[in-house]
Amino acid sequence: MAHDHDHNDDGEHGSELSEMQLRVRALETVLAEKGYIDPAALDLMIETIETKIGPHNGARVVAKAWTDSAFKQTLIEDATKAVQALGLINRVGDHLIAVENTPKLHNMIVCTLCSCYPWEVLGLPPVWYKSAPYRSRAVNDPRGVLADFGVKLPAHTQIRVWDSTAETRFIVLPMRPAGTEGWSEDQLAALVTRDCMIGTGLPKGPKDIA
Amino acid sequence: MDGIHDMGGMHGFGKVEPENNEPVFHAAWEARCLALNRAMVAIGAWTIDEDRAGIEELPPQVYLARSYYGKWALRLESLLVKCGLLATDEIAAGHALRAGKPLKRRFDAAVVPRTLTRGSFGRPAQSPARFNIGDRVRAKNIHPPTHTRLPRYARGRVGVIEALRGCHVFPDSSALRAGESPQWLYTVLFEGRELWGETTDPTLTVSIEAFEPYLEPASVIPAERSESRNP
Repeated sequence: MAHDHDHNDDGEHGSELSEMQLRVRALETVLAEKGYIDPAALDLMIETIETKIGPHNGARVVAKAWTDSAFKQTLIEDATKAVQALGLINRVGDHLIAVENTPKLHNMIVCTLCSCYPWEVLGLPPVWYKSAPYRSRAVNDPRGVLADFGVKLPAHTQIRVWDSTAETRFIVLPMRPAGTEGWSEDQLAALVTRDCMIGTGLPKGPKDIA
Repeated sequence: MDGIHDMGGMHGFGKVEPENNEPVFHAAWEARCLALNRAMVAIGAWTIDEDRAGIEELPPQVYLARSYYGKWALRLESLLVKCGLLATDEIAAGHALRAGKPLKRRFDAAVVPRTLTRGSFGRPAQSPARFNIGDRVRAKNIHPPTHTRLPRYARGRVGVIEALRGCHVFPDSSALRAGESPQWLYTVLFEGRELWGETTDPTLTVSIEAFEPYLEPASVIPAERSESRNP
């Protein structure tokens, strides 16, 4: 079988890459010829995923919650409603739930069964979130997982892991970093990382972006 | 099903390895593969539950060897064939050899927004909720050979109802095309030690989102334990 030599070859998955390029291309051609799909609509979907959704939306939500206590209260009570009202994205999926970190409690999100993730606020999940090491260990060794991310929490901090086994989706509301008094929402949003909204990281501090 | 996908608590997979500045896709085919999968669900060819079941039905050695989107491509092929939307000779030929089957709609630009937000899975309650916040419940020791969202590590374990999330489409039924069969959904909180034993970090708690048929009152004595007590 002739192999494709596109410049996407990344070595590690080289053989799967060329095989999959051909298989997926064949499927797309057949589905288009059958009249099920319009390839231009696939282009539009991919462009939207690459440019419109992503953790920048979640960061706006967190920064707003850090500065607006009424918004934060709505977010904790009904995250779907609160995030929809911000108007960042076209439509927020139902059953979005925000869980708040405190000095006593650290939350972490996982999907042990597949890859459930709050797309609308965080975009597509990173590879590690969908990987066997994370899915297997998050529920029985979350401190070990945190160590893989270079995060160490006090021994007395309660760790709460949320396994996304239904259509409810979770976003972690991390603690606002010290030394950010008086900061604007824009400034604060720059401190909010994707990982701190999954619970595998902490927000950046003022020194990290200086 | 008790498949390789049900990974919670397994040992031996090693460290989590985050990638710095990870791109949204690592190759163009991954994006096309995701888009094709989402498109078929969006036009109603099958449900999200059949989609997940399609991944779970891959042989374990294939599941572990393939990349994430590699699994999606295999699942897409198998569901398309299973639903009679195309045939294997057409995949091999790389072209349609027969006319398409009529579907409710074609995937075009108007359908795209639907693929970018999750659908609504809440449904009107069929009956009052069986459990209340604070109730102690046991996840049933069940092993359906078909799709379920009750992870193995929780089965037989006792937890507490922390929240009611409304009535939702029941994946175990929907995946079999046996109807939505809406069920109450609960957040059930377990102590880490209940799940993983006495040596577990005492600060750990884990919750699952559990459909009502997965649960029974903790006061019910599981069948195998009562049998062993009464030989």
